[in-house]
This record gives sequence, structure tokens and C-alpha cells, in this order.
Amino acid sequence: MSTAAHETTLGVDHRKLAMWVFLGSEFLFFGAFISTFLLYFKETNGGPGVELFDIAFTSVSSFILLMSSLTMVLAHNAHAHRDMRRLRMWLLATAMLGLVFIGGQAFEFTTFYKEGLTLATSPMSSAFFVLTGLHGAHVTIGIVLLLSTYALTKTGKITPEQDVKTEIVGLYWHFVDIVWVLIFTVVYLIPYDIVVFGG
Amino acid sequence: MASTTTSDAGPLLARRPMKTQGRWSFLTTVDHKKIGIMYFWTTLVFFALGGFEAVFVRTQLMKAESTFMAEELYNQLFTMHGVTMVFLVVMPLSAAFFNYLLPLMIGARDVAFPRLNAFSYWVYLFGGIFLYSSFFLGGAPNGGWFGYAPLSTNIPGNNMAFYAMSLQILGISSLAASVNFIVTIVNMRAVGMTFMRMPVFVWMSLVVNFLLLFSLPIITVGLIMLQFDIALGTSFYQASAGGDPILWQHLFWLFGHPEVYILILPAMGIVSEVLPTFSKKPLFGYSFLVFAGAAIGFIGFGVWAHHMFTSAIGPVARASFGLSTMFIAVPTGIKIFNWVFTMIGGKIKFTTAMLFSVGFVAMFTIGGLSGVTHAIVPHDYQQTDTYWVVAHFHYVLFGGAMFGGVSGMYYWFPKVTGKLMNETLGRLHFWTWFIGFNLTFGPMHMSGLLGQPRRTAVLPAGLGDAVVLYNLLSTLGAFVLIVSSLIFLVNLIKSIKSGEPSGNDPWDARTLEWMTESPTPEVNFYEIPVVAHRDEFWHRKYAEDEAGVLRPVPAGASEDHDVDAAVATDEHADDGHGHIHMPDPSYWPLVMTAAFLPFGYAVIYKSAPLLLLAAVWMFAGFYGWIIEPLAAGDDD
Repeated sequence: MSTAAHETTLGVDHRKLAMWVFLGSEFLFFGAFISTFLLYFKETNGGPGVELFDIAFTSVSSFILLMSSLTMVLAHNAHAHRDMRRLRMWLLATAMLGLVFIGGQAFEFTTFYKEGLTLATSPMSSAFFVLTGLHGAHVTIGIVLLLSTYALTKTGKITPEQDVKTEIVGLYWHFVDIVWVLIFTVVYLIPYDIVVFGG
Repeated sequence: MASTTTSDAGPLLARRPMKTQGRWSFLTTVDHKKIGIMYFWTTLVFFALGGFEAVFVRTQLMKAESTFMAEELYNQLFTMHGVTMVFLVVMPLSAAFFNYLLPLMIGARDVAFPRLNAFSYWVYLFGGIFLYSSFFLGGAPNGGWFGYAPLSTNIPGNNMAFYAMSLQILGISSLAASVNFIVTIVNMRAVGMTFMRMPVFVWMSLVVNFLLLFSLPIITVGLIMLQFDIALGTSFYQASAGGDPILWQHLFWLFGHPEVYILILPAMGIVSEVLPTFSKKPLFGYSFLVFAGAAIGFIGFGVWAHHMFTSAIGPVARASFGLSTMFIAVPTGIKIFNWVFTMIGGKIKFTTAMLFSVGFVAMFTIGGLSGVTHAIVPHDYQQTDTYWVVAHFHYVLFGGAMFGGVSGMYYWFPKVTGKLMNETLGRLHFWTWFIGFNLTFGPMHMSGLLGQPRRTAVLPAGLGDAVVLYNLLSTLGAFVLIVSSLIFLVNLIKSIKSGEPSGNDPWDARTLEWMTESPTPEVNFYEIPVVAHRDEFWHRKYAEDEAGVLRPVPAGASEDHDVDAAVATDEHADDGHGHIHMPDPSYWPLVMTAAFLPFGYAVIYKSAPLLLLAAVWMFAGFYGWIIEPLAAGDDD
């Protein structure tokens, strides 16, 4: 029994508020994983370490993920203007950019595996794969949400008036992007700088 | 009263269940009251299981050098006792109270997300079943409820894998519930129900749910890494490969200390409702109590390392966490004074609910005082891993959370059933419970200070006759508690069957939930009240004359209707469409959450087909949930 926003105490839609609350929890989830990586990035147990990172490649895939936030904003904007055709286009574009990012991650993981950095090599490798892997899982869930939104606008389950639904998916998507900005900075750039260039 | 407008067409799977009455309706219900009742009964079952485990443990320790049970079994039983009581009894008991009471206390007709609420309950149930299935699948968790690495990662078998998996499943349940309750409290209050007019129970619930929201992800991270270490050979906690076992301790207690406030704050909220009602006085220092609760919420995240004083954390950390631990005693102390001053000068009526609340204040004070001793680092060195610690946390969890919880059961029983519980049996329950509790856990203070170690299957005779005697007393106390629990069970069942009718407001209470009928009608309120005061219902019943003496307000004379008038205007007091629309029942929470069982086993037995099945199942459930038809006007 979701009620319209004007009937709520704060004047905010329940679902939107719930997404904000949930994202608060997610920040601690990734915060704890990022802290673990920071604790362990030098613990390579004799195996390869952060020097394997291909900063140029990851910069490109990070840029692609960031651009998907732009298309997400455009999607919500289209929905707010009740333009369902444009909404669907931008939803698909966002999902595609997300897929490209996931593809990049798959390529990166494969390369690392070939170079001897596997899940169980060292605390560093475990922390890296579990953190970025779970981020990838979040992106994948985001893609499922985007494609579901796309499909549900077709079936009429999401009407032109319900742009709050696109907005909620967007909140989640932007969150996943923002976390990636943190991961790219704190997990890739800073440890790479410390290990390869000595800080 | 439920909607009849949803989905008259469509294939069977796309229809929503309609039944809102009868036993089977519980499977598909989204009604917060029914879900609360289901939480309650499930909690009771797990309480019995956890209690049996405790009795086995106590029987083993009844005499020195006992050979009553194998050490391996002992390890499983004390671990499961702890995990059960924390995650399957006290937390869900709080959820039972949240579910039943929060919407009523803030003047709402349900929680913000009724289906998500059912989801939380079913995940809890399946998580509990999953955990207990380990007894039949090679042995239950046996590494202590806090699962310290590297012990937890190195025990052969799947015992601790079950621990890690079931705690993650239960975490999903609590996380979903916390989002739901936060949105409900913040966003669904009746007109006029400002934050500072909310009952203290609602306030404490809000704090608890924020604590859950922010602490659960941290333990989840720790558990995921534990699971990887056990199942996939990673080395997060393996010192030999450069990992750090202390990381687990930090993550666990960064969750674990807020967790103890998650366990105790709901009981504090209950007591803050019961004491003023039976003292015929407003709560003393409402805003102090509220802010003390919020302060506990914040400081609760800054004291975790006092569980780790004997780990390698360094003197600076020890000093600062010792200080912050002393700080957190301040808001807790404030609350105790609030409760005492509420009673002073009041016209106290010692009902069973009141007895348990007063018992709470006394027992919790003892537990609080023994707790502060842990802030003194050298003292803590001496106490770590002794029965002193066991005594302390049972005084706050049993003497605190359980006393408060039982008080709430007696207090709100008439609300749920429309009947009174038997007071004679209630008193008998209280006194046996009180004596049994103190007999069980009081002597542990002494045996702990005399050096009896925790978590050891055999009580060494070399500790001396005094320690052996204290253990015998503790075991006797445990048996008294069994008798006491049976008295409660008899009282509960008898009162449900043939309790005296209670009327709508048996305690002359203060808060909104008593303004409607008892038992609560399905729509909660025929007309949502408009709130003008803290203790709104009280102000509708009484006014003060010039001399400051309370005078009852004649029915109908207050600024709003009284209950009977509201009932009489039923057909006018709705959403304008002739009936009050309540959320429809749904199959999907049950269908979707059942997938957590195959998911859990798939992770433990590393079975890809099972994992795929679980994923498809969950995905299908998710879609069924989304495309489920809605009543006209609902926006989901």
C-alpha cells in the first residue's frame, strides 16, 4: 500500500526514502571492503600485487561507467517529461554502458588470472577480487533493474506518471557509480602510486 | 475490510490471494499484526530450543570433571545457545513488537512495505531452519557465537560454514525490516504525531533500526570473507599467508557492540511504556530519555574494541576505548534515573507487566554496573574469558532484554487477544523467573572472579570447592527457570483460550494503540486520530482541574471523538470510496524467500546446479512480486 508522496509525513515517496535508507547501509558495506583492501594491498604472499593494474585500461572503463550516470539522468529527465520513447532509449544506453563496464571487468579478471593473481593467491588478491567482484555484482543487478524498467514500460506496468520508479533505479545506479569512483581512487590509483612510484 | 477490487481476471499465477481469515491466510498475509504474531510464536519455539541447549550445558557443568556429554557436542550446544538466543530469539522478539505496535503507536494502518515485511519474516524463519538443519548435516556451529578466526576458519567440517551462511541470511531479514521500519516511523505518522510526541518505544525502535541498518553490512562483510576462507581457500584471516585474524574481531565487534544495543533498546522502550502507565504518571524527563537513546545509538559505534582489550590493539586504542566505554554508561545511567523518578510519587499498581518492568530496571542496573568494570583495562584483563563476563551479559540480556520483553508480552496481550492474562499465574511466573534467574547467573560473578574459564566443557575440580558449589547453584537455577517458563506457557495458552475479556483499555493507558478496539481490528483505526499531545490517549481521557487533580473527560467532550464515536462513524470515516482499502495478501514473499534454502546449501556444498536453481527461483519470485496485480489506486 504505497501512498502518493503528498500523503506521507515528510512529503517524500516511501520507496524513494527506502532507497536512500538502503544506500546508507550499502556505503558501510563497501566501506568495510575498501578498508580491508587498504589493510592488505601490500600483503601479496609472494605473488603479484597492485603493480599488475593497468591504470590506462581501468581509466577508460571507469569513464564509461561514469558516462552511464549521464545517460541515467537523461532517462529520468525523459520520464519526467513523459517521453517514454526517449526514456526507453536512454535506459537501454545506460544498460549497454554498464554491460561494457562488466565486460571490461571480465577482461581484467582474466588477464590477472593469467598473470598469476588468483582469488586465493594472497590477502591482497582475495580482497581485490571480492571487493571488485561484489561491485560488479551490484552493477549487474543495476543492469537487471534497468532492463526490467525498460520491459515494464512496454507492458504498461510503469506508466508515464510514475517517473519516481525511474528515479529510484537511478538513485541505485548513481550510487554504484559513486562507489566505483571511490574504488578507482582508493583501490587502484593510490596503492599503485605507493607501490610502483613509492608514493 | 480488505479490498475486493483486485484482479478478477488473469491466469491463476497472476492472481493475488484473497483470503484474510483463517489459518492458511497466515502464509500469504501482509498484515503487520499477523506477521507480528508469527514472529512471536516462532521466537517462542527458538527460545525453547535455545533453552534446552542451555540446560544441557548447565547439566554438564553441574559437577566437576563431568562426563555427561562429549566435548564436541558441548561446543556445538554452547555456540548454538548463543547464536539462537541473540539472532533467533531476542532480535526477532523485538521485531514481533515492532511489527505489531509501531503502526498502531504512530496511527498508521500498516507498515510502509507490507510485502517486504512478510519477506523479512519468512527469511528469518528459513534462516533459522537452515541453521538448525546443520545438526543433521554433520554438526552445528561449534566455534562460539562470535566465531573468532582462525579457529572458525580452521575447524574441519561445515559447522562454521553454516554459521557464516545462516547469519548472512538472517542479516538480509533484519536489513529489509530495518529499511521498512525506518520509512514507516519517519514517513507514516498520523497528523500531529511529531517526533517529540512519539512514544518512547517508537523512538527506541527508530534508533534500533538505524543501528541495524549501519551495523549489519559490517558483519556481512566479515561473514563473506569468513565464508570465502572456509569454502574457497582465501586467506583473509590466515596469518600464515599475511592475513590478519584481528580484522575479523574488528568487523565482528563493530557490528557486535551496536548489536547489544539492538538487543536492549527495544526492552528499554517497552519499560518506558509500562512504568508510566502503572505509576499513573507521565514519563519523567521524556526528552532526556529520547536523547539518551539516540546518544547510545551514536556512541554505540565507538566502543567496540573493549571486547578486544586482550587482543593486539595497542595501548592508545585500549585507553581510548576504555574512555568511550565509560562515556556510554552516562546515557544508560540517565535512563535508569528516568525510570526510577517516573515511579517515585506515583500510584503504583503491581501488575505482572509492572513487576517485570521493575525487575528489568533492577537487574539491568546490576548488569550495567558489572559492564562498566570492563572499561577498566587492567580489570578487564583479569575478567576476559571468565564466567564474570557470562554473568554480566546474562544480566543485561536476560535480566534486561528478556525481562523487558516478557513485560511487554503481559502488557500488550490484551491488545492482541482482547483477553487478560491470568495475574496469579503471572505473579508465580515472575517470582520463579526472578529467583531462577538470580540463582543461575548471580553465582557466576563469583565463580568468574575465582577464575572459572568460559567455553570449557569440563569444570576443573582444581578450581576449588567454592567454584564447584557456585556451578551447582547455577544449574539448579536453570531448572527453576524451566519450571518458570512452563508456568508462562500454561498461562499463555490458558489465557488465549479462556482469559477474561479485557475491554479496549484495560490498563488505563496513554498511547494510541489503546484508542482502537482490542483485539485490534484489521484496519487498525476506523478513523486515523489527529494527535495534539504526547500521551494523546491520556489527554483525551483526563484533564486537570484548577487544583491540579485529574478529572475524567466526559465521552465526546474532548476535541476529537472517543473510540465508540469513531466506530459508529465507520462508513463515513474512510478513504471516500465506501471501504478502507488494506494491502492485499501475496504469495510471493513466501515463494521468493524459500529460495534462500537452496541458496544456502549451494554455497556450503559448492553446488553450481543448486546455485543456479536458487538464482532462477529468486529471480522468478522477484518478477512475480513486481508484476503482481494491484488494487485500483495502489501505486506499487
